[in-house]
Amino acid sequence: MPEDRKTPQLDELEKGPWPSFVTEMKRAAAKNPAANDLLGLLERSYEDKIGHWKHGGIVGVRGYGGGVIGRYTDLPEEFPHLKEFHTMRVNQPSGWFYTTDALRTICDIWEKHGSGLTNFHGSTGDIIMLGTTTDQLQPTFDEFSEAGFDLGGSGSDLRTPSCCVGPARCEYACYDTLDLCHDLTNEFQDELHRPMWPYKFKIKMSGCPNDCVAAIARADCSIIGTWRDTIIIDQEQVKAYAESGMNIQREVCDKCPTRALEFNAETKELTVIPEDCSRCMHCINMMPKAIQPGKERGATILLGGKSTIVKSAFMSWVIVPFMKMEPPYTEFKELIGRIWDWWDENAKTRERLGELIYRVGMGTFLREVGLPPVPQMVFRPRANPYVFWQEDEIKK
Amino acid sequence: MAKIDIGPPDYRNFLPPVIKENYGQWKYHERVKPGVIKHVSESGAELYTIRVGSPRLVSVDFIRDICDIADKYCKGYLRFTSRHNIEFLTDDASMVEPLIEACRAKGLPVGGTGRSLSNIVHTQGWIHCHTPASDASGIVKAVMDDLYEYFGRDDLPAKLRIAMACCLNMCGAVHCSDIAILGVHRTPPVINHEIIQKGTEIPSLVACCPTGAIRPDPKNKSVAVKEDKCMYCGTAILCLRECRSLMQKMMVSPYWWAARFPMLAPTPVSPG
Repeated sequence: MPEDRKTPQLDELEKGPWPSFVTEMKRAAAKNPAANDLLGLLERSYEDKIGHWKHGGIVGVRGYGGGVIGRYTDLPEEFPHLKEFHTMRVNQPSGWFYTTDALRTICDIWEKHGSGLTNFHGSTGDIIMLGTTTDQLQPTFDEFSEAGFDLGGSGSDLRTPSCCVGPARCEYACYDTLDLCHDLTNEFQDELHRPMWPYKFKIKMSGCPNDCVAAIARADCSIIGTWRDTIIIDQEQVKAYAESGMNIQREVCDKCPTRALEFNAETKELTVIPEDCSRCMHCINMMPKAIQPGKERGATILLGGKSTIVKSAFMSWVIVPFMKMEPPYTEFKELIGRIWDWWDENAKTRERLGELIYRVGMGTFLREVGLPPVPQMVFRPRANPYVFWQEDEIKK
Repeated sequence: MAKIDIGPPDYRNFLPPVIKENYGQWKYHERVKPGVIKHVSESGAELYTIRVGSPRLVSVDFIRDICDIADKYCKGYLRFTSRHNIEFLTDDASMVEPLIEACRAKGLPVGGTGRSLSNIVHTQGWIHCHTPASDASGIVKAVMDDLYEYFGRDDLPAKLRIAMACCLNMCGAVHCSDIAILGVHRTPPVINHEIIQKGTEIPSLVACCPTGAIRPDPKNKSVAVKEDKCMYCGTAILCLRECRSLMQKMMVSPYWWAARFPMLAPTPVSPG
């Protein structure tokens, strides 16, 4: 990095034990003028306590309406290499699995065409290539495509789906999250690359109710693995946990949210009342060798998760308590297609699916999308008798 | 001419042999020590995961450094987690300690498993965002420096998740973490009538305000903010910029029109 670039505040963030992003910026800055300007811009932001970026006109690659986020600094005279500094989102492989060959290929392409700075990964899940000029977008994309990589979503489209590690490593996986993620991403390439909707739509999938990708908080459509039957308990292993010193009564039974577990301290046997189990995963997490999810596995489909703007942060709510998730996932694809059509038809600009349902009501949503109302959708019974009746149900 | 719509690479090509051979056949796992998890399959095969913290914003050289470690100790197989950590994957128990040593030698913390503090989810802040109320990476670095020991421990009462967002958009959905650090604006937006007049969809801008604080201002052909109704969510900044982009989108993007008026669909670009 050139000798005259002084960044005293950022230098402070190179001290301390946690790996420093400033060190990383300096590594890139030593080789790339835009990364070098970025150091200066960030130091300026620390002095002014304000960001210095503008959202700009639409930039992209041929054939796509998304995948590239245009960014321009509002201080182009001081930081000429940041006049155009766009982000490209590269669709990650399911579960963020890589070989070093794949990663090195990505690094080589990016170093050639952009700042050399990346995020592994962005919050939605894509690999973020942070900072290149408009004229480099198409050549960069062309090289990524040749190497077998595609762009992710951005704008009012289907954003890149993401999933947990699933059956690749986890014994709790109730369906193949990796295969589903790959399948849906490929099935819905058009929706992903060509923004046509009122606003963004995110799908995230977790293999069990632990929900390690926080699908329930971060996705308009959350697919969370579950089972229909009963947890399976291995009494020999329960004994082993008891003998190793675990206080099963206190740590497991007393913490069960529905008091569905009973532990006999004499025989050291653990039994479950099946109809009381809410499948929260606590006992399984505590005793992975002794308890497993049931055998009849699938997923719960929930809708509505989103962040604050506009109507506040939501967590997804149940619309299909149990759906089998087996390739080619026809039942799910048909349902999501009907949901998209309804949302596209009825939502205002920038209205997320969850907000639309809040506005028009679950009754309208269920009737128009063609889903049966089921008890699992009810959070708590009404405390008032103010009910809307459907016209066709009344004899006038 | 590059192919389009090819989708992501097939993850199956990136799975280490021990995962391919035991896919969906895992039986149980053990937390060996902070940062190291062992999974055992029905057939008795073992998979060790070594979890390592990262700053998320990294140079390509950082990625090459961790590739070197992966090549040397675990045959080039690794993955990332949903909280920006790195996981090295090996079926060879004898590689675990050397791998940990190699990470520590590079200043990379090993941990984030079990009842620990994992990495702090965050996004761009002043590095790239156009609506930030604060920086993100700087705060994350400072907090992780302070709480560093908890990353490498496994004895908190339960796992701990901290997340950081630089404005109310909460990219990364911090509302589901145990502790969320959230940048907030504290003053109402400043209106620049000239920019608004140049092409803002005023109805959309008025509609986007959650408290109805933004009103049309016909005299100035612009909008006005009722300051005591504003709660500084920052939507207006986003919406204003989005509206300008929306205007441009409606003018230049054929796809939005094609979805509604199929006869206007553009001639497909040959995937060649």
